[in-house]
Amino acid sequence: MSEKTLIQGINEGLRTALKERSDVVVLGEDVGKNGGVFRATEGLWEEFGDERVIDTPLAEAGIVGAAIGMAINGMRPVAEIQFMGFIYPAFEQIVTHAARLRTRTQGQHPASLVVRAPYGGGIRAPELHSDSTEALFVHTPGLKVVAPSTPSDAKGLLLSAIRDPDPVIYLEPMKIYRAFRQEVPEGWFEVPIGKARKVREGEDVTLIAWGTMVPVAERAAREASERGVSCEVLDLRSLCPLDEEAIVTSVKKTGRAVIIHEAPKNAGLGAELAARIHELAFLWMESPVKRVTGFDVPVPMFALEDDFRPSQKRIDRAIHKVMTF
Amino acid sequence: MDRVDRCYLKPGGQLTEEGRSRWEAVPEELKLDFYRWMVQVRSFDRRSVILQRQGRIGTYAPLEGQEAAQVGSALALSKEDWIFPSYREHGVAMIAGMPLMRILLYWMGRVEGNVPPEGVRVLPPYVPIATQLPQAMGAAWASKLKRERSVSVAYFGDGATSEGDFHEALNFAGVFQLPVIFFCQNNHYAISVPFSRQSAVPTVAERACAYNIRGIRVDGNDVLAVHSAMEEAVTRARKGDGATLIEAVTYRKGSHTTADDATRYRDPSEVEDWVREKDPISRMEALLKAEGLLSEEDVKKWEEQCKALVDRAVKEAEAAPAPSADHLFAHVFEELPPELNRQRAELSGEGGECV
Ligand SMILES: Cc1ncc(C[n+]2csc(CCOP(=O)(O)OP(=O)(O)O)c2C)c(N)n1
Repeated sequence: MSEKTLIQGINEGLRTALKERSDVVVLGEDVGKNGGVFRATEGLWEEFGDERVIDTPLAEAGIVGAAIGMAINGMRPVAEIQFMGFIYPAFEQIVTHAARLRTRTQGQHPASLVVRAPYGGGIRAPELHSDSTEALFVHTPGLKVVAPSTPSDAKGLLLSAIRDPDPVIYLEPMKIYRAFRQEVPEGWFEVPIGKARKVREGEDVTLIAWGTMVPVAERAAREASERGVSCEVLDLRSLCPLDEEAIVTSVKKTGRAVIIHEAPKNAGLGAELAARIHELAFLWMESPVKRVTGFDVPVPMFALEDDFRPSQKRIDRAIHKVMTF
Repeated sequence: MDRVDRCYLKPGGQLTEEGRSRWEAVPEELKLDFYRWMVQVRSFDRRSVILQRQGRIGTYAPLEGQEAAQVGSALALSKEDWIFPSYREHGVAMIAGMPLMRILLYWMGRVEGNVPPEGVRVLPPYVPIATQLPQAMGAAWASKLKRERSVSVAYFGDGATSEGDFHEALNFAGVFQLPVIFFCQNNHYAISVPFSRQSAVPTVAERACAYNIRGIRVDGNDVLAVHSAMEEAVTRARKGDGATLIEAVTYRKGSHTTADDATRYRDPSEVEDWVREKDPISRMEALLKAEGLLSEEDVKKWEEQCKALVDRAVKEAEAAPAPSADHLFAHVFEELPPELNRQRAELSGEGGECV
């Protein structure tokens, strides 16, 4: 075991997969010689060569389309999209094909591939680099969607995604790529897709978050405890499928839920979570579910990004509201 | 350099034979403008890199080395023409009339930096690669349908030629014979990826024939050749003869952005060759001096003036009052729907109802 950052966890996951499975290839823009613009693929091109770690032309539809074709013909491609905000040229390939090739071919071609993309804001990136559009993919039947928030989960979820027989969109919280280090197990190890992680045990309110918002939720929970409110924090990790059991068990215990996400509110994943809680735990609830999300405006340029993203103050206010309903 | 169709001003500052006759035909004021704009652009660019290092602006995309391609092409356009730039076209933008302080605001993460003064037809930088090409084509199409004189120009890099949007835009432009110019600055790299990884054919310009539009490959560090190629393309477009794909062969001296480290993927001797031997400004300066149009004193004076211009822009940008948080909601819709009004009130602390 050794201490690694989240992005090193991803790097380790890719290295392990390339080492242990000869059918794995990594492809994308700047993933080779440059080691990725965030260094997620650092050292892999040198170690595994140009046929396994492939710098492609600048074309997202081409990258994902190629990955689907490779998957059809027996490989396990891991495609990188440089930023989630640039995934749209590949949207057709993902939504129309990767997601439903299994159904359309009645199981003959399952499109087993992974599409990695850094998402979210908070790093003063240039304009149009900070989207969180996970809901578009969660909404697409046939896709799995995951988002780690720790170095160890980053590696374990990636390896699960690579072994998974279905197409997986693997979202990387770029703001916390290097936020902290953690022990990451060596070798092939998996964190199951579809299982949330209980980050903190609590009695009064369940805070539900993923990716970049997990540390934000943890901080809110710490501060709430100073005010005498005990928060349980769930890191979903898997956005599709959802870990219904973990969510329902937690909210049945606390009777209250605050969902925190960076994406805009309207038809965001928070809406689905609130609906599930309503359907499955209505009689246990002490208060309506609250959502603290990005506002329903285009993700702004960075001068205003802190005002767009869920702030501590807004989360505190939501916790207060569910406690005093 | 690889073969180009047009080079008028050689790296040492000597005119080729064709270049000489072109030079004779260029008005003196324009000769000096080529030089002055290039120096101003470089002065702005170098200062911006420093501002980023000092934390006064965010990530910045430097253009040093590409001044001739930008200045030569932009000076061939008129006020009525539409410009669809990428994120590296600060030189084009300033010539088109974008104040320096607004360009700086953009890199400070301020949306005001996207907005040109009244009458300046420059769109905000297109960050998602190649997305400006179909739109420039569409704007040109509208000019044609409205029987207007305007042409549209899309500026983009060599990497952009790999996107589907490139194909779609050029194809429409060919089919409908549109007054659009596709101006590619081939600076040899798309971040770390060399052009040989974008294309199995060695040039961008030769793709034009696949769309039955005109293609020309110029020495992009030769401002005179770039300007003449652009002028021809504009004339053809205005006459109704259709689109041109111009490939200006150039080099970015620095990294892709201030967040990139080009030493990871470029050979130092290659960089050295472009920086020392092929600089666009020094060859123009040498020519103007040899022609007796520029003295060492003029050079000093102009450099100082540029510095002062940039100083003032930095001051203005830094003094520009910061927008309030609820500016997030400005211009999202012509009229804000009730839910967004509630969200705005929540943000401004005027109500807490929606959370
Ligand atoms: C659709 C899309 N994919 C990826 C990116 C990330 N990206 C930004 S610039 C760049 C390289 C662009 O190279 P080129 O078109 O040659 O222009 P240059 O930057 O060299 O001027 C990449 C891959 C993006 N902005 N948009």
